[in-house]
Amino acid sequence: MMARRVGRMSPFNITALALGMAFLYLPIVILVIYSFNASRLVTVWGGWSLRWYHEFLNDRAMLDAAWMSLRVAAVSATIATLLGTLAAVGLVRGERFRGRTLFSGMLYAPLVMPEVISGLSLLLLFVALNAERGFWTVTIAHTTLTMCFVTVVVQSRLASLDRSLEEAAMDLGCDPVQAFVRVTLPLILPAIAAGWMLAFTLSLDDVVIASFTTGPGSATLPIRIYSEVRLGVKPEINAICTMVIALIAVLIVIASLASKLSGARGESAAPL
Amino acid sequence: MSGQSPEVDTAKINTAVAQATPTAPADDTPLLRVEGVSKKFGDFRAVDRLSLDIKAGEFFALLGPSGCGKTTLLRMLAGFETPDEGRILLGGRDIAPVLPHERPVNMMFQNYALFPHLSVRDNIAFGLKRAGMARAAIDTRVGEMVALVKLDGLEKRRPDQLSGGQKQRVALARSLARRPKVLLLDEPLAALDKKLRESTQLELMELQRRLGMTFIVVTHDQEEAMTMANRIGVMDAGRLEQVASPRDLYEAPASRWVAQFVGDVNLFDGEVSSREHHQLTIATRDGGAIMVAEPHDPVGETVVSVAIRPEKVKLLRRGPELDAGNAQAINQLEGVVTDVSYLGGSTVYKVKLDSGAVVRSSIANTARLDIDTLSAGQRVIAWFAPDDCVVLER
Repeated sequence: MMARRVGRMSPFNITALALGMAFLYLPIVILVIYSFNASRLVTVWGGWSLRWYHEFLNDRAMLDAAWMSLRVAAVSATIATLLGTLAAVGLVRGERFRGRTLFSGMLYAPLVMPEVISGLSLLLLFVALNAERGFWTVTIAHTTLTMCFVTVVVQSRLASLDRSLEEAAMDLGCDPVQAFVRVTLPLILPAIAAGWMLAFTLSLDDVVIASFTTGPGSATLPIRIYSEVRLGVKPEINAICTMVIALIAVLIVIASLASKLSGARGESAAPL
Repeated sequence: MSGQSPEVDTAKINTAVAQATPTAPADDTPLLRVEGVSKKFGDFRAVDRLSLDIKAGEFFALLGPSGCGKTTLLRMLAGFETPDEGRILLGGRDIAPVLPHERPVNMMFQNYALFPHLSVRDNIAFGLKRAGMARAAIDTRVGEMVALVKLDGLEKRRPDQLSGGQKQRVALARSLARRPKVLLLDEPLAALDKKLRESTQLELMELQRRLGMTFIVVTHDQEEAMTMANRIGVMDAGRLEQVASPRDLYEAPASRWVAQFVGDVNLFDGEVSSREHHQLTIATRDGGAIMVAEPHDPVGETVVSVAIRPEKVKLLRRGPELDAGNAQAINQLEGVVTDVSYLGGSTVYKVKLDSGAVVRSSIANTARLDIDTLSAGQRVIAWFAPDDCVVLER
């Protein structure tokens, strides 16, 4: 099946595909290969080695930053998923309240807002509140950044869900809350999981907002890498980046599988 | 029709109810009473001051074109819509403010609305679990339901592993499992193909009779309504045009609109010119003078329409065949056959009258080899009996 499809592609298509993929992934492939470089010089190949991975695992400051990043990502993704799901339910299932369009527009603003502006405004807020900057300020900042992404994912799933499923649940003895918990929630769960993973990776990636809202002694991994690179690229950075890429790739694959699964399962039972 | 006051409508409905159910139980209070119910969506009146009584054990059909308000009415009975005015009484209790999950009424949804994440068994057991039934009792009831709708062996399947007909059965079993006082069915057979639909109609009727439950079905398919229901309420523009048995609906339509909506009909507009010996003579524009039997309810107006069903219009070749002494053959219209449609069981002829109007005649094909068929271009006489005509107010 696959082979036949490839065989039918024209030379032009193959070239375009190869160039596109190369453009996207060549830098990453080079980075991954060089992370296994035995040489101390980043640009000189000195044979295969796991030396830099070993180096990283003994680098206390880097490990702290990585741990910080994972914690921020996990907590902010969880809060963002809760709030984002509630917002999606309110927007799709709620009565048509006044200012609904404005509300949904405002919810999506962070999607298009330059991160520098979000970061700066959050910094001003935390300063005004006299909040001590550190783990919680970064986490709150990341929650505001990622919540809208969760809302988008969950909202599209909810909108495609047949409304009569909830009505059937109520008809069969569920009050509205039970109908949501027993029928709607299981059906949108894959979308919620996908939203969480998206929020997690976004938080893990972020440099700009984190650098505005973090405090002394609580640098996230991207900030740490960024400041190290300014002093010169060490091969250890390649190893760290490869591990981050692997983690994110795994999460993205799981998220897309989850949303595909949810799409295949939740459709209305009858051919309409 | 639409100009009438709601009081007149109610009176008509009540007499229709009384006529249609001669074997009504001694207890005369209806199970379900809809009293002057209206529902507006914005400026649109989906249901307009509608009143209706339904007795326990009836198989009632709400029939009407799409957008007539029949589904809105059903959704109000289920509790998904709240009436803007009027009352809905179930066993004497006003259920208009009662939430769907507290009503002793269940609904079978048009698209079935099976829970995709639950197996057939869990779909059927869903309502029983909510009712707090014991596990063993649930198992017994689910077993009964599975046997009732013939789904044995499919209990563990998910809805997406079922055919359309099987899904329909699961939906039916799920809505019956709680033994509701009234089962509401929203276009229950619309998603099935023709053969399956016909056999399922019979199964539904058999099921309803066996369970003695009250069924209210919404459909736009008149054949479906006629086949299944004891009584049919025909709806248009949020109002009930007529409530009657299938036979009365067809043979004694209450209005021009009903006559045209249910089945095929030839209509002649005219005026009453004389009445004698229980016969009215109506001077029509297209068919000349037509004699009709005087209806039981005297015709109040003089401007009327005469309705005659195509299968009651007989055709004869011009000639001596027609017995002048046949009192039933008084109404004779001359014309030319313009179109012959062979439908298997019957043949429909279109006859263009000398006045220019077209009359349809449907003739049963009772013999396999019929050499004496009429063909297009032949001159014929279309005749029909005064008793077969219905006089309708315009």
